[in-house]
Parts: sequence; C-alpha cells; structure tokens
Amino acid sequence: MSKPHSLLRRMRIVLASLFFVLITLLFLDFTGTLQAWFGWMAKIQFLPAVLALNVGVVIALILVTLLLGRVYCSIICPLGVLQDIFAYFGRKQKKNRYSYSPAKKWLRYGVLAVFVVVLVAGLASLAALIAPYSAYGRIAQNLFAPLYQWGNNALAYFAERCDSYAFYRTEVWIRSVSTFVVAFLTLVILGFMAWRNGRTYCNTICPVGTILGCLSRFSLLRPVINTDKCNGCGRCSKNCKAACIDSPNHSIDYSRCVTCLDCLDACKQGAIEYRLRTSTQTTAPQNSRRRFLAVSAAFTTSAVLKAQHDKVDGGLAVILDKEKPNRNTPIVPPGSQSLRHLSQHCTGCQLCVAACPNGVLRPSSRLENLLQPECSYERGYCRPECTRCSEVCPTGAIQHIDRAEKSAIQVGHAVWVKANCLPLTEGVHCGNCARRCPTGAIKMVLSDPNNPESARIPSINTERCIGCGACENLCPARPFSAIYVEGNDRHRLV
Amino acid sequence: MKSNTLNRRNFLKRLGLGTALTAGALAGCQSNKKSPNGASQKTELDVPTDRMTYRTHPTCGDQVSLLGYGCMRWPMMPSADRNGDIIDQEAVNQLVDYALAHGVNYFDTAPPYGRGQSEAATGIALSRHPRSSYLLATKMSNQSFARDGMTGKKLYQASVQMYENSRKYLKTDYFDYYLLHNVGGGSGIPFVQQRFFDNGLIDFLLKEREAGRIRNLGFSYHGDIQVFDYLLSLHDQYHWDFVQIQMNYVDYRHASGSNFNAEYLYAELDKRGIPVIIMEPLLGGRLANLTDHLNESLQQRRPENSIASWAFRFAGSFPSVLTVLSGMTYKEHLQDNIRTYSPLDPCTEEEFELLEKTAKILVEYPSVPCTGCQYCMPCPYGIDIPSIFSHYNKCINEGYVAESAQDPNYREARRAFLIGYDRTVPKLRQADHCIGCGKCVHHCPQSIRIPRELRRINDYVETLKQQGV
Repeated sequence: MSKPHSLLRRMRIVLASLFFVLITLLFLDFTGTLQAWFGWMAKIQFLPAVLALNVGVVIALILVTLLLGRVYCSIICPLGVLQDIFAYFGRKQKKNRYSYSPAKKWLRYGVLAVFVVVLVAGLASLAALIAPYSAYGRIAQNLFAPLYQWGNNALAYFAERCDSYAFYRTEVWIRSVSTFVVAFLTLVILGFMAWRNGRTYCNTICPVGTILGCLSRFSLLRPVINTDKCNGCGRCSKNCKAACIDSPNHSIDYSRCVTCLDCLDACKQGAIEYRLRTSTQTTAPQNSRRRFLAVSAAFTTSAVLKAQHDKVDGGLAVILDKEKPNRNTPIVPPGSQSLRHLSQHCTGCQLCVAACPNGVLRPSSRLENLLQPECSYERGYCRPECTRCSEVCPTGAIQHIDRAEKSAIQVGHAVWVKANCLPLTEGVHCGNCARRCPTGAIKMVLSDPNNPESARIPSINTERCIGCGACENLCPARPFSAIYVEGNDRHRLV
Repeated sequence: MKSNTLNRRNFLKRLGLGTALTAGALAGCQSNKKSPNGASQKTELDVPTDRMTYRTHPTCGDQVSLLGYGCMRWPMMPSADRNGDIIDQEAVNQLVDYALAHGVNYFDTAPPYGRGQSEAATGIALSRHPRSSYLLATKMSNQSFARDGMTGKKLYQASVQMYENSRKYLKTDYFDYYLLHNVGGGSGIPFVQQRFFDNGLIDFLLKEREAGRIRNLGFSYHGDIQVFDYLLSLHDQYHWDFVQIQMNYVDYRHASGSNFNAEYLYAELDKRGIPVIIMEPLLGGRLANLTDHLNESLQQRRPENSIASWAFRFAGSFPSVLTVLSGMTYKEHLQDNIRTYSPLDPCTEEEFELLEKTAKILVEYPSVPCTGCQYCMPCPYGIDIPSIFSHYNKCINEGYVAESAQDPNYREARRAFLIGYDRTVPKLRQADHCIGCGKCVHHCPQSIRIPRELRRINDYVETLKQQGV
C-alpha cells in the first residue's frame, strides 16, 4: 500500500476536475446561463488568449509556468485532463505501465515549427487540428453534447407531462459531418495513446505543450529526486505518465513534466519532493496571419413547395426540409469583422457553435475554413436579440458586440431568386420576407409596373439589409428559398 | 342441503362475521342509492346509466338524448406506415359502447370529419348495435366542391355520390337526421343557391325524405345571417324538421366575427316550432376552462361540478333544444357530460345572469374565437393554425400573456409562453411561416381573419423574444 496521497497532488486533482467539468459544461449548456459565470475559463486557454492578443492572460500563464511548471497542462487544459482520465483506466488495467523514454526533440520542435508556419501561411484551420483546447471543444460539442441534450430532452419529456416549464426540448443534430469525424478520430487516437502511454500527445505533438515546456525547463518549483533517499526501485519512472523521469540517472526532463505530482505518491521512500530551484527565461509567441481563398459555386435552381388540395378537414401538409444554397461567399457571424479576421483568429473550438440557440452556426466544411464557424439559415436565422456567439468566443475571432451594434452590422445581403418566388410560380399573395425582415430592407413591388393587378415581388434595399437570414429561413419556397443571403467578405455598418 | 346452508349462515351470524360479510357484499348496491351523498366509491357508479334527460321531437316523436355525440374529434393514432394519423377504431368502439350504455343515442358525423375517416369509423362502431338503438345524423358537405367552382349537373352528381357514400360508410339504409352542412359561409345566399337549389339537389333530398331514407331534413348554420333568414323564409315550402346552430353562453349575446347572436337564432326557430340542435356548446373547448378568477366564481356555486358542466346546463336549459352536441375525444369528458345531463338541472335565472356576466368578461380577453374544428386545415404551407390559436388562448386563460415587460409575472409568463409554443407547435408550423395567402379564411365557420390573427400572435412572440434576456 502506498502512503496517503500528498496534499499537493490531491489539490491538483480537485482543481483539474473542477476546471474540466465546468469547461465541459460550457460546451454542453445550450441555455447560455453558465457562460456568464464560467466563460472566463475558455478565455484563459493559452492558444485562444494568444490569438485574442490577450496579453494579460498570456503573461499570467507564462509566469505561472515559470513559477510552478506546466500546471496549465494538468489543471487548466481540458484535453490534458481528458487524457488523464483515459490514463487512469489504463493504469487500473495494468499497474506500473509506463517507462522513461528520451525526448523526441526533432518531433516536438518540428511539429511546433510546422504549426507556426501553417498559422502564418494562413491555414489556421489545419493548425487547429492539433491545438489542444479546440480539439477538446470539438470532442465535447460533437460527442458529449448530444448525450447531454438527449438527457435534457428526456427531462423535458417528463416536464411537459407534468406541465412544468423547467426544461425544454432542444434539437440534436450533426452540424458538420467532417467536423464530427475529426472530433471522433481525435478522441479515439488520443484516448488510445493516453490509455497506453499517458501524455504522449502533450509531449510530442501539442504545440502549447512544447512552448510551455521551453518555459517549465526553468520553473522555480519542480519535483526533485533526493538521491540520498532514492533506492533506485524505478517506481517513479513506471508511474510517470509524461515518461520524463530517468530514474537510474536520477534526472527529470522538466520540459516534459506536466507537474501532475503522481511521482510524489509513487515513491515509497519519500525521495521525490516538489521544491524550489532558480533561473528563468521568457519567450513570446507570435500572432498568425492568413489570407482568404474565395471559391465560386454555381447557383442551383430550386423546386417549390406544392400546395396540397384535400377535400377533408384536418391534417398537416408535408413540409420539405430546406436545403443549403451554394453561397459564393460564406456568411460568418456578426462581430467576426471579416472572413480574414475570423480565419486568422479562430481555433475552431466550437464554443460558438455549441452556444448558438438558433441552429445557425455550424463548422465550415470548406477545406480552407475547416472547423471554423459559418452561418446558414435552413434551421433558423440570426435573431436580432441574440449575441451569444460574440459573448463566448475566447479568441476574439468573434468580437464582443451588443444588440444595438448587431442591428447595424451587415454580414451579408439578401439575393432574390425569381425562379422560386411563389407569387410568380403559384400565383399566391406572399410577402413573408418583407413582413419578417427586421430592418425593413425588403419592399413588395409590382412585378409589372404597368399593371396594378400584377403579382407583388420582393425588392431588396441592400443598404439596409444586415444578412440575418429571416427572409431566407421564413420563405415558403422549399427546399430552396426564393431569397437567400450571400456573405460579405468584410462586414460593414449600415 | 338447504338446511345445511342455513346452518352455516346461522353459524356465521352467531360468530358476528355474517354482518361484516353482508355489509361488504351489499356496499356496491347501496352506494347507488347513497351516491348523492358522494360517499365512498368514486368510480363508474357515479355515472348513471338510466337517468339521461330525453327530449321529444315534436313531429316525429323521436326520444333524443339531451347529450348528442359529435363524431368530429374521434381519437387518432399514427398510421402503420407512419404517414399521417388514422382514427383509433378500438377507442371509438369503446366510446360508442359506453355512450349507448349510458343513454346517449344521437350521433352526428359528416363526410369531411376526422380527415374523411369519421363516417366509416362511426359506421363500424354503431353497426355493432341494433339500428333502432341509435339516431344517426350526417351531412351534405358539398361546399368544397362548390368552392372549387363546380356547378349544375356536375355538382349535383358529385353531391349525390357523397350522399350514397355516407350510406355505405355508415352501413345504413336511412338517416334519422340529414343536414345541409355549414350554410352561411362563402358568398352567402348565392353560395347556398349554387350548392342546393340551382342544381336541384334539394329536390333530390326532399324525395329521399318522402321515401323515408331521410327521416328529418335540416341544416347546420354558421355565419351570414341573411342565409339563415333566407332558409327560414323557405320553411313553408321545405318544412325543415330541425336546425343546428352554434349556441353557448358567449355566443348567446356576444357572437364573434360574422356569427350572429344565438339569442336571435333560437328565438326565430322557437317561434316556428322548429327543434334546435346545439353545436359548439363549449366553444371548441374554450368554455371548459376559463381564467382562474372566472373559474372560481363558477366553482364557488357548484364546487363539485366541472366548469364545462355550466356550458352544457346553459345549452340544455332551453326547452326547444333537442340535443346538445359535444365532440368527446376522452372518456372522462363523456362521463362528465353524461353526469351533467343525468338528469339535467336547468339553470336558474340567477345562474343565467352569472353566465351572461362571465361571457361579458370573457369577450374582453384577446382570445381567438377558434373552436378547433379543423375546417381550415390542412394549410398548404404547413401551418398548424388551430394549435397556434389554442396555445395562445390557453396562455391567456392561465395568465401567461403579459401586457408589458413591467408585469410582475413577466419572466414566468414569457418562459411559459415561448417554451409551451415550441412544445405545442413544431417550429416549422408556427405563425411566422404564414405567408398570408388567405386560403384558410373562407373555410372558417367562425369567420376568424386567420392571417391577421396569426400575424398578431407572431408579433407578440417577437416582442417576447426580443424583450427577454
């Protein structure tokens, strides 16, 4: 039997659990209530803080690392804690399963170099694939959130039956197959690696781990092996999930140590202590930059809802699902300023996608924007009162805006598709786009100015349109709307 | 053997067990006599089987139960192919059996009811009983043909076909009551002429009456008062055997839309000695549950009676009323209504006044006068019109429609309204999808301006959504 857990290690476990649970809840909570309390937890993540140019947070994280070592990796980083959970089960299955391995320096610094180059070259979405916080966000949003939502829906089912409004149903849907696949693969690969070998990802691939590793090398506090007490049993090394304790040589690779303090408990001789040491140095990470690639797509014509003619009373007409039109320019959420700004700052963590209550945001499937959010209006539209995505974004990719600002930001502009418009195709009065437009940008005009009896069709004042998609979403033409929104390359105020 | 049992009984009595046993065994029989005390058992024993109030038809002498079964709202269930709903025949059979066993003998259906399945389902359920044990009513619902522009011989043929189909579905050689369905809608008198008179359909129906295949001929009326007066002016010629009107304590003096006050309609019919059949006594269920305050004022007087029972007692209190129709989907409603009319306890003058006062308050609320008849459905754009209205009305009743953001219960009301809205109506079928094409408007027997009301409700939803956070 080992001696009782050291107080320090227990503190690490409690703090890590707390951070992990609360950050996960940020991705699961679709009501937007937790964000107000714990939104800061996403904002102190390293890469988002760097991309947001959040100097205070970056400096604080650097100082913490220089002081305590890579506690960031064992407490704050949710992906790190997730790997610890897998590793825990790995150790349950087989005790003393790890062993020391020399640092694979070429791989670590090689990956970091490629990561930085890719960011600078403007392929942030590719770089985001290996960024820890956003990788966890994708796992939580794609794999954990559906379970949470199904649980909620079960509660809502019972609440409905006892006439309570405590819970309400939410729609569970896959926003993007490619992102789902990425999240699934990430979980399987990382989970397997963590289960077998502990923190392999953190010490060979993770760019944040590598940067912090450069700093923790010089950390003030660190685990140190007291050679007087050490009997060379090697238990510390066999229980080090970072594979960084070279017990025969009594040396620890501090660039890879994530300060989990498991070794303190593992050593039966009490030969390892977490204590002071001197010498410091800092480095500053760089901001990234990229350019936008436009892809043109041909516009497809659409079919139209066919009115049903029944002689009986009751029943409901079948409603076809809307299909996404091909937009020449994608629409990105208000506050993201421009396609370029978004792609430069977004790590694809999916927090905004998880927060969107209107089914508008989903990760892009376009290669150059993979995992980054874009808007589409098949399930809902960007409602005037909602600014949630701008509130949750930890990287500043979506800048914080208020409702007044939102009402004047043009993220795109509506385009009329004559071939689908019901007054022309079915001869009915419509005008739903004009009626539902929150800015009054659409007016119904005569299709034949010389004939006052002719059908009325929408005409769009693009100087007023903000691209919210109410017209597209509420257009009765299905599956393709008779009015849709084209994104703006750069957002502007109207 | 006989002495043996007697011995045993004596033995038991001596032990004192006998008294206990007989008391237990007789408890059932006794509770029937004692039920006005509302004693122990609250089961089916509370629903009397033999005390229904009957009205006698002045000319043909039919004994008609004061409670009539409206077959418009039979329970539905998803069809086997998941492609829409079908009537739950098993449930219908049970309801019909129960109704007949408790003295209800009038059944009213129509070809378009229950998405066109009501006649067949009603026919299956009733044909399991002797034809003489029930009175059957169905209707000539050729308004949809006429509205599509059918006239003359073509309309006549389609209508006669509809009549023959009704006989087939209802498995009968004759109808006890046959109605010209929903007169008063559309363009008024010209529309009635198009449907029945220009094409000679009325002569066909009169002949059927002579032949005994229609025992009583009448019409069901909504809307344009000129049509009502016009048809009554033809009474000498056609001799209407009965007329069906919408009457309840709200419509009596405060009819909505283009509907006319039932007070006038009833008086006109009473004057001519024409028996009256009442539809919408509950105003599509709206009078089954009022606002808390109004509920209280009624329940205070009759704590053991339902709110709905007031509406049924009101309608039944008029002597020329032959039967009061109710579309009962649930057995509990059927039981409650049987109780109300077994026997009828007519409203007193004071109670009439109370109901009139209640009606005056009710019409002040911005409720939509929808009765959930589904005539407007299916909306070609998929809007679930009756569900939207019923949710809105329910929220008004329950105090969940806030006047302004300053209301003390604003947050609660907002949450209840919006969450309840998404629960009752799928997002794609909500009011914001109404394009205002207006196809529903002339189907509505209450002449509700549906697109305008949907727009009003959607404006309210928008305010709630935007004022929140």
